[in-house]
Amino acid sequence: MDESNNKATIIVHSGDMDKIYSALILGNGALSMGMEASLYFTFWGLQRLQKDGLEKGPLSKMHFLGLGKWMIKRRMKAANVASLERLIQDYKELGGKIIACEMTMEIMGVKKEDMRQELIDEYGAVGTYIKEARESQITLFI
Amino acid sequence: MAVVKINVVGETCPVPLVEARKALRKASPGDIIEITGTHPASKKEIPMAVEALGLELVEVKEEGDSWKIKIKR
Repeated sequence: MDESNNKATIIVHSGDMDKIYSALILGNGALSMGMEASLYFTFWGLQRLQKDGLEKGPLSKMHFLGLGKWMIKRRMKAANVASLERLIQDYKELGGKIIACEMTMEIMGVKKEDMRQELIDEYGAVGTYIKEARESQITLFI
Repeated sequence: MAVVKINVVGETCPVPLVEARKALRKASPGDIIEITGTHPASKKEIPMAVEALGLELVEVKEEGDSWKIKIKR
């Protein structure tokens, strides 16, 4: 395989818990299969990079004021599904890259001090994403 | 040349694959990584990752509900 485009780039637009799971599982999967991976957090997704924000997202469907999420979390625990915190730590350990959208930070009034800076490799804009995406074999919008 | 044993019994997607990759990254060339797990899809997918990484799949063994995969770094 050509090393230059052996990469997965994912836009994490949603902050929903289930979609953050999708993004982190895919990122970890790509890294595990020997690819590079970049997650570009923007809009509602970016809120999950705020301090204490990772597990706070609602369910994308059937949230029911938190009851649906509570039920799904219980089912996930029974099935021994890893926590989002564990998945993001694994993602970083395997060399995954996390990019935070600067414009979203401005719109939402979020400062770098509010963010989990230890997870973030880069603060960027659309050009950063395009640069990463054009050298990627897999690009997804979640 | 060391043998590194990883136990992912009871773990589900994507943990077995991720733990295999973490162990392979830490290992030195020539080391054997031996992963034991129960997650059905990982039995197929860890060998797929081994191939993608250009490493050597030594053995895939089934023992009842669990499987054991040996990889040479």
